[in-house]
Amino acid sequence: MELNSFAQQLVQQLINGVSLGSIYSLIALGYTMVYGIIRLINFAHGDIYMLGAYVGFFCTSILGLSFFPALLAAMAVAAVTGIVIERLAYRPLRHAPKIAVLITAIGVSLLLEYGGILAVTPQPRTFPAVFPARIYTFGGIVVNSQQIVILAVALALMVLLTYIVQRTKIGRAMRAVSYDTDAARLMGINVDQVISFTFGIGSGLAAAAGVLVGIYYNSIDPLMGIMPGLKAFVAAVLGGIGIIPGAMLGGVIMGVVEALVSGFISSTFRDAAAFAILIAILLFKPSGLLGKNIREKV
Amino acid sequence: MRIQTKTDLASLACGLTLYALLEGLILADIIPPYWQLNVIRVCIYIILATSLNLINGITGQFSIGHAGFMAIGAYMSAIMTVKLGLPFLVAILTGGLAAALLGFLIGLPTLRLSGDYLAIATLGLGEIIRITILNISYVGGASGFMGIPKYTNFTWAFLLMLFTLFFIKNFVNSTHGRACIAIRENEIAAEAMGVNTTKYKVLAFTIGAAFAGVAGALFSHNFYMAHPTSFTFMQSFDILTMVVLGGLGSMTGSIVGVIALTGISAYMADYPEIRMIIYALLLIVLMLFRPQGLFGSKEISLRIFSRLTGGERRGAAQGN
Repeated sequence: MELNSFAQQLVQQLINGVSLGSIYSLIALGYTMVYGIIRLINFAHGDIYMLGAYVGFFCTSILGLSFFPALLAAMAVAAVTGIVIERLAYRPLRHAPKIAVLITAIGVSLLLEYGGILAVTPQPRTFPAVFPARIYTFGGIVVNSQQIVILAVALALMVLLTYIVQRTKIGRAMRAVSYDTDAARLMGINVDQVISFTFGIGSGLAAAAGVLVGIYYNSIDPLMGIMPGLKAFVAAVLGGIGIIPGAMLGGVIMGVVEALVSGFISSTFRDAAAFAILIAILLFKPSGLLGKNIREKV
Repeated sequence: MRIQTKTDLASLACGLTLYALLEGLILADIIPPYWQLNVIRVCIYIILATSLNLINGITGQFSIGHAGFMAIGAYMSAIMTVKLGLPFLVAILTGGLAAALLGFLIGLPTLRLSGDYLAIATLGLGEIIRITILNISYVGGASGFMGIPKYTNFTWAFLLMLFTLFFIKNFVNSTHGRACIAIRENEIAAEAMGVNTTKYKVLAFTIGAAFAGVAGALFSHNFYMAHPTSFTFMQSFDILTMVVLGGLGSMTGSIVGVIALTGISAYMADYPEIRMIIYALLLIVLMLFRPQGLFGSKEISLRIFSRLTGGERRGAAQGN
């Protein structure tokens, strides 16, 4: 009986972990694509996710839109914001030292966070219930309708992304730029346009994650992007930064580990576990689970 | 007397004069209490900024977890004074040593990483330190460490700041410092020239951590309490902004950066959001238009004054 209830709780935490993890995966995809293409840790990515959540919130609560139009609106606004940020803050620094770009990214992140606080007040807001909350029970294991929606939307977006990257012309251009920027430019690819497009897609995915978190936790605030942003980055590194399937895998692993830690140890150690994973992966396999080792050439 | 010793003595004299002047103004109550607090804050942040500059600017290892070491110093020193009843100097030393030890232990494995990865790893380590403290009820856990006596005053803060500046300045100008600068300029080339890169990176990281611990000790004994929320990565970003504003690699730049930003935040204390937006815009605009910071890696020194006082000494200086 004791073992049975343990197994039941384990499966329950796995389910919670996978639905949380698919949200991390969506954010991690943006990190990994941007890193893959311009070798930049876009610290502001977590705040794009916050922006998406707020656009979704205003669309559903004030404009009265239903879930899918709100999701699309959030993704569109975030994509445009991402492109604008890249154009104004990162493009002028294309040939600057890495540290300068990293510091700019931290600056953009702070600007979005505190600009957000100024614009929408720091008070958390309750995300309206866009779905009738149903709870399904399978032999003691509880699954609610939000978790199903999160998984379905996240999966659909990942399939769409894989299609774009693998099967379309712009996707091929993205892969080419990521592989060798200079060679891609010589082959007539408009590198700046490809980078803009990458920021747009990445930001759109982050915004979708923001809306999904809104319906999952029912609460959003302007600083909500910091922790998930960092964890999604850890997820991207875990899977192998620059590798799209790696980000998906890393996100799910992060979500599951976090659910297990908060379920079986203590929820206060949840965030520490994420960083511990990061340190461990950086020390033992810095190229990530799906990455290959590349030696630095002089 | 060596030129080095001469300029050291001159700087020391200037520092002590400044100390006497400020202490006089504080004793005479010409500086109002609010600004007295800010003067102490400036001293503490100068220790933090110059020690971070040693890691980030001089050695070129991008660390953004300085608040973690500060937290270690703050809590260790508070344990010494509150729980064990030891004098403040012992507490400061213990705080510094504990942070140094941790910096050494953390630095050894993580400094193998470079660039972005190191930045994220140090940020993560800083957060792990904070979350661990948050879960130790012996030091107050989430509600903070209460009842710390206020030992920090202007004298402690200023003299420790002066010590830090001299230590780091002379470190940078020594063989070890040159090795660190070589690592910053080109790690692979430095290694090829026989510089033990791991040793110097860890050395710089440990020294930086030690001074962060000292600053943490001053910090917790200034505000009657130590709270985990004071040591989030926002604190690290604050210190980083000061260093970057002044110029990575410039100690005097860090001092100017600290004074400028502490001034802004003192004036904007009632509008914390606007203060952070100013910080953010400052970082972005600075990187876009002057990525090397206000001073680049240059130093303002007393030589500027000697250069102004006639040709005879200039000739002598050139002779050296």
